[in-house]
Amino acid sequence: MSEQKPKTIFEKIWDAHVVKRADGYPDALFIDRHFIHEVTSPQAFDGLRKRGIKVFNVNRTTATADHNVPTKDQHLPIKEALSRHQVETLRKNCKEFGVELYDLGHPFQGIVHIIGPELGLTQPGMTMVCGDSHTSTHGAFGSVAFGIGTSEVEQVLATQCILQYKPKTMKIEINGKLGKGVVSKDIILYIISKISASGATGFFVEYAGDAIRNLSMEARMTICNMSIEMGARGGLIAPDETTFRYMKGRRFAPQGEAFDKAVEKWKQLPSDEGAVYDVVLKYDAADIEPMITYGTNPGMGMKVTDRIPTVEELKEINEQASFKKSLDYMGLEPGSALLGKPVDYVFIGSCTNARIEDLRLVASIVKGKKKAENVEVWVIPGSKQVEEQALKEGLNKVFEEAGFELRGPGCSACLGMNEDKVPPGKYCISTSNRNFEGRQGPKSRTFLASPLSAAVAAITGKVTDVREFI
Amino acid sequence: MSKDKFTILKSTAVPLPVENIDTDQIIPARFLKATTREGFGENLFRDWRFTSDNQPVKDFVLNNPAFGGKILVAGKNFGCGSSREHAAWAIYDYGFRVVVSSFFADIFKNNALNNAVLPVVVSDKFLQTLLEAIQQNPKTEVTVDLINQQISVNGKSEKFEINAYKKECLINGYDDIDYLLSLNKEIREFDLAH
Ligand code: SF4
Repeated sequence: MSEQKPKTIFEKIWDAHVVKRADGYPDALFIDRHFIHEVTSPQAFDGLRKRGIKVFNVNRTTATADHNVPTKDQHLPIKEALSRHQVETLRKNCKEFGVELYDLGHPFQGIVHIIGPELGLTQPGMTMVCGDSHTSTHGAFGSVAFGIGTSEVEQVLATQCILQYKPKTMKIEINGKLGKGVVSKDIILYIISKISASGATGFFVEYAGDAIRNLSMEARMTICNMSIEMGARGGLIAPDETTFRYMKGRRFAPQGEAFDKAVEKWKQLPSDEGAVYDVVLKYDAADIEPMITYGTNPGMGMKVTDRIPTVEELKEINEQASFKKSLDYMGLEPGSALLGKPVDYVFIGSCTNARIEDLRLVASIVKGKKKAENVEVWVIPGSKQVEEQALKEGLNKVFEEAGFELRGPGCSACLGMNEDKVPPGKYCISTSNRNFEGRQGPKSRTFLASPLSAAVAAITGKVTDVREFI
Repeated sequence: MSKDKFTILKSTAVPLPVENIDTDQIIPARFLKATTREGFGENLFRDWRFTSDNQPVKDFVLNNPAFGGKILVAGKNFGCGSSREHAAWAIYDYGFRVVVSSFFADIFKNNALNNAVLPVVVSDKFLQTLLEAIQQNPKTEVTVDLINQQISVNGKSEKFEINAYKKECLINGYDDIDYLLSLNKEIREFDLAH
């Protein structure tokens, strides 16, 4: 028998899904699971209609409404005409093409990257796509998951395949013990601050090391979720007992004997000994502290106790103009500290940090306390199931007593497509993933941080080091 | 979608030397509510182009009548962030056919190529040469020759990389679905076996 070259998990999954590899052509990659939402799908369905073709395999396609939906009065018709039209278009398209839709009010509705895992639709070894860049979230289960554009959504609807060049591979290893007050959001903000918002462009990342192994599935999802914020095509973590435990009994996961068989298969996925990566980066968990961003891309992050760099401290001269523009937008001075800076809004939500574990973490901090006078606090669960669970556990009471508003599920102020917008010039400490100009509403200013840091800021009304609090 | 064919383009260009231009700047989320591909050009760079009461921002380059043309020249890491193809549609709809930068985000690059917008990657040095030439004289013409994979300005030129398959698609106006549909039988078999 010829000796097999050791492979990374990424290569194993990718290679197992190539339907056709031809010289000079990108690979035709088979997609096991395709998620659809209202914003990036209408033009794709139109394309199918124009070509007179059906969805290739509806059983591999799942839709939900999340980006545009109100988080208040979800049982009423959507007020805003364009949003309503988009959600109605999704309904119409799903009905016409026979695609399962978890619509507003459905017990499974929620942010697409939250519901996939919680329903067991996301499984190790799969290829998964969605017209949304944070599809990388699903990589936490050891799947190759990445975001695509609408033309590609149309490709997948039409053929269950996508034409793609195989990206390069990068391993990011974090070893050691995390310090007090440091959670997975800090790990990923730390990595991005080290390698920049474009540092992994062209790569598919595998996160490894014992600090990653020790994380829960929910915490792993937070890390994979933000892979795109350093430009990576996706990010994944090899499946292990933590993964299998999480999957067991989930609605669409294999059941009974089939589950045990699947686990045996999934155990073959982790990278082989001696597998080669194009790039390997290593960090020590002990160096990571609670993080916060100060600028207008996720690479502009620092330890919460640090000060913002000065213009002179920048490594590259031609970055200076963009840096100044960014701080100008944020209304911050180069060289200044953020600790103690008052904030106006606290947003706890998004596909990065709106799972039940995140809500529990926030509740554990705020229990018995009140929010500061100067802040408005929104808690937006990632899905209907998260919301239900929060109610069951009485987290809603904790939030209510603290003066936090617990609303219905959706993307909400992560991108401000619905009514939930941070007003111009206001500061928001946010558990989401992007601090771009205007991301949370025109002229809004975002500090990205962990749910722990956001919860503490809600109580103090300003940027605070969580370690003084716990 | 029937696509334009692209071989060679000679045009004036618009300089936008900002780094990390994300797709939220190219087209803010609140303008993603349309269900067709047309009309996004109106809101291209909306929040840089217009004030909150819809007045043009005077010093933004798209509002400067001196600059125009079908080529946008931008800073490093263009198109990062969201996968919204609306960003490529907005650029196309506004009238650009080429974006030049020293670095593109992956998803944007694919989206652009799927919409007859050619992303041209140049060296940092050539990017500076281009920007200076255009800023000094907005009437400067830039030539983008896809066949020979070459971009030129004022007698200086640089080769650029493009994948052979994508090049063929652009030159002939093909799209990926045509190719994938031709694999239908193989894909069916694969689907059944999995
Ligand atoms: S929560 Fe934010 S990042 Fe996640 S899918 Fe929704 S809009 Fe995108």
